[in-house]
Amino acid sequence: MTYLYAFLFVGLLCLIAQVIIDNTCLTFGHVTSMFVVLGAILGFFDIYDKIIEFAGAGASLPITSFGNLLYHAGLDGYLQNGILGIFQNMLSTTSAGITATVVFAFLMTLIFKPKD
Amino acid sequence: MNKKQYEKIVKKHTPKEDRFINALSAFIFGGLLGVLAEAITKLLRVIFNLTVLDATVWMMIVFIFTACLLTALGVFDKLTTFFKAAIIIPITGFAHSVTSAALDYKQDGLIQGVGSNCFKMAGSVILYGVISAFILVIIGVIINV
Repeated sequence: MTYLYAFLFVGLLCLIAQVIIDNTCLTFGHVTSMFVVLGAILGFFDIYDKIIEFAGAGASLPITSFGNLLYHAGLDGYLQNGILGIFQNMLSTTSAGITATVVFAFLMTLIFKPKD
Repeated sequence: MNKKQYEKIVKKHTPKEDRFINALSAFIFGGLLGVLAEAITKLLRVIFNLTVLDATVWMMIVFIFTACLLTALGVFDKLTTFFKAAIIIPITGFAHSVTSAALDYKQDGLIQGVGSNCFKMAGSVILYGVISAFILVIIGVIINV
């Protein structure tokens, strides 16, 4: 069943994004930013954790999980070390994604030439 | 030829994009990516005996690496025309935006080009993610006090 929920959740998010892009003048940049904020809001209401329970790793794939992780990391930081903890801990769980992106993107830039 | 005729001709030759087909392919391929993510995570857990969290992070790294490689090979843009939002909304879109910006500005040098431009599009995701998460944490703390 996890596979079905993963299919429905990621599919639905992509469907919403595509409908927004086709029918308004917003670009992918606007939509991804909106989805990150949406993920943080879903995390705030503890909805996203329940989605992850149902959809498994499929729910961790869309950019919304980025906002959710940021929110929970910030909250954990506050519980550990007060206001300072928010600043110290905010990017801790998303670090893997950002670091991997920067490292691989830089390696590819060094190796490959731009293609048009 | 007056303006109206010209507009007619332009309209005739603009490629028509079927919004229904676009939305459907975004839904189907996005869903398949979600299933693939879950399958890879399960596979990693079984083969390497990882925890759920570690396997999820490895899965994301695999997706990011694939997206970076496909972008560098020039395949990603062609895939976008078929898959639409399905590969932009997952983490692959984030990796694609960094890699493509870095590659596009490679000719301007490593500092002025790659260094200052690689977060051109991905920057908005990080910026608004951090700002919204920060505000929500503060709100949550105030409510629970």
